[in-house]
Amino acid sequence: MRPLIVIRRTPTIDFMRWHKFGFALSCILGGLSIALFLAFGLNFGIDFKGGVLIEARVTTGQADLAAMRGKLDALHLGEVSLQNFGDESTVLIRLPQQPGGDSGQEKAISAVKQTLGQGIDYRRVEVVGPTVGAELIHAGVLATVLALAAIMIYIWFRFEWQFGVGATISTIHDVVTTIGLFAIFRLDFDLTTLAAILTIAGYSINDTVVIYDRVRETMRKHRTMPFRDLINLALNETLSRTILTVSTVALAVLALLIFGGEVLRGFSIAMLWGIVVGTYSSLFIAAPIIYYIQPNRRAIAREGGSPATERASR
Amino acid sequence: MLYFAQWKVILICAVCALGVLFSLPNVFTPAQLSFVPQEVPHKQVNLGLDLRGGSYLLLEVDFAAAQKERLNTLVDSVRNALLNAHLGYTGLGVQNDAIVFTLREPDKSEDAKKALATVDPDLVTTVGPDGAATLKFNQVAENARRQQAVAQSIEIIRRRIDETGTKEPTIQGQGQNRILVELPGIDDPEHMKRLLGRTAKLTFQLVDQSVTVDDARRGRLPPGDEILNAQESGGRNQGAAAYVVHKRVMVGGDTLTDAQATFQDNQPVVSFRFDATGAKRFGDATRENVGKPFAIVLDNKVISAPVIREAILGGSGIISGSFTVQSASDLALLLRAGALPAPITILEERTVGPDLGADSIHAGAVSCIVAVVLVVVFMVLFYGLFGIFADIALFFNLCLMLATLSLLGATLTLPGIAGIALTLGMAVDANVLIYERIREEIRSGRSMLSSLDAGFTRAFGTIVDSHVTTLVAGLLLYWLGSGPVKGFAVTLSIGVLTSLFSAILVTRLIIVSWLRRWKPKEIPL
Repeated sequence: MRPLIVIRRTPTIDFMRWHKFGFALSCILGGLSIALFLAFGLNFGIDFKGGVLIEARVTTGQADLAAMRGKLDALHLGEVSLQNFGDESTVLIRLPQQPGGDSGQEKAISAVKQTLGQGIDYRRVEVVGPTVGAELIHAGVLATVLALAAIMIYIWFRFEWQFGVGATISTIHDVVTTIGLFAIFRLDFDLTTLAAILTIAGYSINDTVVIYDRVRETMRKHRTMPFRDLINLALNETLSRTILTVSTVALAVLALLIFGGEVLRGFSIAMLWGIVVGTYSSLFIAAPIIYYIQPNRRAIAREGGSPATERASR
Repeated sequence: MLYFAQWKVILICAVCALGVLFSLPNVFTPAQLSFVPQEVPHKQVNLGLDLRGGSYLLLEVDFAAAQKERLNTLVDSVRNALLNAHLGYTGLGVQNDAIVFTLREPDKSEDAKKALATVDPDLVTTVGPDGAATLKFNQVAENARRQQAVAQSIEIIRRRIDETGTKEPTIQGQGQNRILVELPGIDDPEHMKRLLGRTAKLTFQLVDQSVTVDDARRGRLPPGDEILNAQESGGRNQGAAAYVVHKRVMVGGDTLTDAQATFQDNQPVVSFRFDATGAKRFGDATRENVGKPFAIVLDNKVISAPVIREAILGGSGIISGSFTVQSASDLALLLRAGALPAPITILEERTVGPDLGADSIHAGAVSCIVAVVLVVVFMVLFYGLFGIFADIALFFNLCLMLATLSLLGATLTLPGIAGIALTLGMAVDANVLIYERIREEIRSGRSMLSSLDAGFTRAFGTIVDSHVTTLVAGLLLYWLGSGPVKGFAVTLSIGVLTSLFSAILVTRLIIVSWLRRWKPKEIPL
């Protein structure tokens, strides 16, 4: 049984022609992300901000958001936010941190329940105190920084330092623009989003490593080829893999986005963006960077083989 | 690569078979599994609270508050010790985590130290040259006490939860002074929080009738006394709003052996029984104070203050107050389980109703199935027969993931399901890398066998690199994440490891078997 779809020849796309455009685009995107983040911050969910979150479903038809908002505003619980969640009958209610410690939160919750009255199913109640929120932010930032550092160290061991620099820049680019996406669309930034960002970092590096592996191999094979052509060749040779892998992962994430329900929406959006931008950055950022900070070709050629090819020759 | 040692073949097949066997129980309902004999694996994946519904509570033992209370009770002893030694002082009181005062005669610091040595063996006294003295608990004793308080709190919380009949609760210490409680399937988390958050320290103290509350408030509080408010009640309390009581405790709740909610004159009350020491102390105290009122104090609030009509020698009694049936049975439960050594605050609460849990399981299952179908079809479209090989490996990968999760007793959460779907997409990446490499080798004119060989060996290094980087992210998430996110980290990390096995070894074994069995002339790629 033969495959139905085959890419017959190695394409000959001149990726390097576009790299300056890529750099410019990424600089704009990255700068914009940082600016947006600094100007508006992120729409932190209660995981990080602390407060109360209630998911309520009206058992009889649609939820009347305006009426509910009116009732809840009368409680004077601070800035109460209501929004439909998934369907017309489900409402997500958010309260800011209430004064008076844990009993204060509890009182607010029972006040909300009492005010909204009968005919409502409380599907989810979450209360996060201020100390926990601060700790979660701390742990989140620590995890991201450590992940980037660990991955960079690993690349450093396996490749020359120039590759490490390239991989790190492109991964930071992906993380920053994902944060920018969340800043501009005011998407909820919570713990699962953070998980998505770390996974994106892993995926983006994965993609970059595959291409770098090939760049290095091509450097050994074609010792006199101009560096620009060499990078193009490596990118073209791995292009079908790049497309296929990005497609399978994107298919899986699309399934999550469409069928995974409202709770996973933020995660899926972040992942989908991360996969696309991660692939883009491998092609147009990570690879061209190597063009500017060229690794020592003679040293690589003299080395004769990376650990991978050493294993292969055994 | 085309040669597989016999033992390797057996090992790979065995791992796959075990994977299927141990993942199989997850297909059945628990009811169906109960018919399965014990020898057959029957462990299922542990569902997280976000999938099965329930409450997650993160509690903190407020040790500082307990310490402050202890210091407050010690202030009296310090005062007495100083008076007995005829040492003048000013400004005696509790400040942060220390008792402080200033000696009138700073040169008598040695005398003060000697006098205070008997107050509490754990207190360390330091006196400055200006006579400013501080008494602090020594660090070693304090740490031991803290650990003990947390351990004791865990024990008492466990007892309280067990008393309510909640099934399969998880109660474990976390960090220095935190307790994580997971209560699957409870329908009234508010009630549970009220039960867990209360210290439930019960004392019996005599009421001081020599002063009125108003006088005492105006600063004429007799030494050794305190003002306690009455418990708030639904307006049915006939007693005073506050009482002046002796600080000295007649009997404490720690001497209770049993407490039950019952009725007296059609009112809900709580009956209790003392142990031998408690009964004797209560008997003595009531005999000496017939005709006087005593206060029944719970967490520094007076429940009621009945007058002692006669000595109570039987070692049992009844607390009447303005109880409802619910509050009486709650109090009885709390008294049976015992008082917490320190107050507890709720730092974080997440409750998921059973409906949302069921919806999430459904959504997770649908998205996983759709993801599998899409990936499977995609691989067949692009790689034909080899795509089917990859799909078979993917099936074993899925089984191995489920089996590992079941065996480890790891908890599957909704983000965890997302992790499974994600690893499915990523798992075939290894196959894609290998197949693309084989294609290239064929194109460059190599023979069939050597292209296969080169495809696997050349792709290997790349596959390891890419898996390690994902694994690093997964492990960090596991280390720093909490709750549902930890579930994601678990499935992601396990998925990376199992896909390494399935994509490289299983696919290779299938291809080798295919070569041997069908002796093909060329590779259908």
